Amino acid sequence: MPRMTMIEAIRDAHAVMMEANPDVVVFGEDVGYFGGVFRCTAGLQERFGKSRCFDAPINESGIVGAAIGMAAYGLRPVVEIQFADYVYPAYDQIVSEAARLRYRSAGDFTAPLVVRMPTGGGIFGGQTHSQSPEALFTHVSGLKTVVPSNPFDAKGMLIAAIEDNDPVIFLEPKRLYNGPFDGHHERPVTPWAKHPLGEVPEGRYTVPLGKGEVRRAGSAVTVLAYGTMVHVALAAAEDTGIDAEVIDLRTLVPLDVELIEASVKKTGRCVVVHEATITSGFGAELVATVEERCFYHLEAPIGRVGGWDTPYPHAQEWNYFPGPARVGEALTRAMEG
Amino acid sequence: MDLRLSLHVPEPEVRPGGRPDFSGVKIPKAGSVKRPPVDVDPAEIRDLAYSIIRVLNREGRAVGDWAGSLTDEELLAGLKTMMRVRAFDRRMLMAQRQGKTSFYMQCLGEEAIACAFRKAIQAGDMNFPTYRQAGLLIADDYPLVDMMSQIYSNRRDPLKGRQLPILYSSKEHGFFSISGNLATQFVQAVGWAMASAIKGDNRVAAAWIGDGSTAESDFHAALVFASTYKAPVVLNVVNNQWAISTFQGIARGGSGTFAARGLGFGIPSLRADGNDYLAVHAVSKWAVERARRNLGPTLIEWVTYRAAAHSTSDDPAAYRPKDESDAWPLGDPITRLKNHLVTIGAWTEERHVQAEAEIDAEVLAAQREAETFGTLHDGPGPSVRDMFEDVYETLPPHLRRQRQEAGY
Repeated sequence: MPRMTMIEAIRDAHAVMMEANPDVVVFGEDVGYFGGVFRCTAGLQERFGKSRCFDAPINESGIVGAAIGMAAYGLRPVVEIQFADYVYPAYDQIVSEAARLRYRSAGDFTAPLVVRMPTGGGIFGGQTHSQSPEALFTHVSGLKTVVPSNPFDAKGMLIAAIEDNDPVIFLEPKRLYNGPFDGHHERPVTPWAKHPLGEVPEGRYTVPLGKGEVRRAGSAVTVLAYGTMVHVALAAAEDTGIDAEVIDLRTLVPLDVELIEASVKKTGRCVVVHEATITSGFGAELVATVEERCFYHLEAPIGRVGGWDTPYPHAQEWNYFPGPARVGEALTRAMEG
Repeated sequence: MDLRLSLHVPEPEVRPGGRPDFSGVKIPKAGSVKRPPVDVDPAEIRDLAYSIIRVLNREGRAVGDWAGSLTDEELLAGLKTMMRVRAFDRRMLMAQRQGKTSFYMQCLGEEAIACAFRKAIQAGDMNFPTYRQAGLLIADDYPLVDMMSQIYSNRRDPLKGRQLPILYSSKEHGFFSISGNLATQFVQAVGWAMASAIKGDNRVAAAWIGDGSTAESDFHAALVFASTYKAPVVLNVVNNQWAISTFQGIARGGSGTFAARGLGFGIPSLRADGNDYLAVHAVSKWAVERARRNLGPTLIEWVTYRAAAHSTSDDPAAYRPKDESDAWPLGDPITRLKNHLVTIGAWTEERHVQAEAEIDAEVLAAQREAETFGTLHDGPGPSVRDMFEDVYETLPPHLRRQRQEAGY
């Protein structure tokens, strides 16, 4: 089986879908001739032509707005926002339009589009190249919000997202583009080639949206994570020796509640982790869900680890990014609670 | 010297209590503006963004290059369509006052623009309208009962009671779902047109926006995208002088006209008399032909006047002279087309009065039928179950749980 980085897996998902369906079109800033600032669309324009993969003006609202019009026509646009930090000008089009089109027209018009955006920190990206705005999308009815954590999922989930008839916000942790990252920034980076989930099948396959995956089976405590934090949580379990069950949620909306519920009822303890700021972050939704559904099984308060409630700083990268030490402390607290 | 800056805030010429004054609105003579070939070099028609294309003169005659795009029969049908729109507005305004629905917006005085434009496009083309282009649906014979049912949010409402009154949607009639968020549709129309071009189709899109909403960012986004990709789209700006209480100068600023906004994007931009059914049709046809021949986008500023209140929640007497609409120099679109048809002998005052009564009766009959399906507060509306449908293609588990919690 071929080995791919997350970038190659994403590029391959595009190619597979563009080959299979002439209605799939790809555009965004620098995605055409140049192939994207992260190379996720490299070679697509050459292979499929300029009318299928093209550069866009620097206007996020225009990119998403035009994609909605194309989707209403019958195409399946896959658009890129260069960084999730720059999605805000498109927020009106995403929230007021893409998310509600099916509902407000009673199915007369739909918006089957994918909005891809690199997300997350751990790369010295500072305030506007590190944000994790997923909670701004999970709060919006009508959107599906997904975050892959490895090349295998990235390809399978992107194909599933393109085939999905609802708008999908596809957040790509850029820290994971070239290799898994567990927060141990002092150690050398390992490439995906050495990771089992860097094995990516050729051709079409899907990883279903709405389904999480257990990355490490355990009996002591459940860790709910997604994106880069999946790898951090695995490292924290390793470092502390606590037998944590690490769940990679993969899709935030719709959430795999059954998987979460079964795990927490088994372990009786739960820690949620994400890179995003804590207050009103997606972790709050996870905590509420666990509290509602597993209250009588809980043996400790539900722990929450995230970015501090500050803008993402540059120099203090590793004091901000919730690394394995902070997650480990939360695991220890959960075991003591 | 003590030079101090001061902020310039534009003001309309007149406020309530004052005498309406449109002396600043330059109205060129009908027939005086040339009709260029559709493949004209945009640089050669920059003057059309600063003039007003008009066909009907004061005597009710059709004059100049832009005349003759419609037969007398088509004009008569257009007149009746505008009358139907106006009668519809009148009845729905009353229905709102009677508490049969929560809200309504008239298009009084702007009927010609949507009605004539609809006749310049084909089945398969797509409009991206605002909330003030109901004429697009009525001119395409969309059932009045369905429109009213939407307004009443009753059990026949095609949108299942989910949308505010008048935010219609009909793919079949080339009428994109209306959103409450201003200007969003303007760039979506460009995307739709790009899609048609990507697929090598021959369908074109029409974008719609009001004068006030041109200040929104998506107006700019639409012009950039339309210009960059030469999208087959007609970009319609309906300048009715008012954005709720705000006069058009607040949105227009220092640019001479809204049409002139298109010039900076290299988009051929025309300005036309929005109360002249013949001019609207001829100019629309020109722009639609350009789009269909792959010559790219056209921006049209329709000069008109919002004769009614902004909505049923608005009282214009608070910000403009009461009789300002009577003073509007481009008059009333229905009266002007009627006068033209009478002048050329295709219509009479008597037949007009008779047609008015017939159309009123037709609209009233539609209203009675719509009300048999209920009004907002009367009768079983759409099912509560439906409230949870269509958020996604299939009901996800969390919405299924919430529906059960709601008792359905």
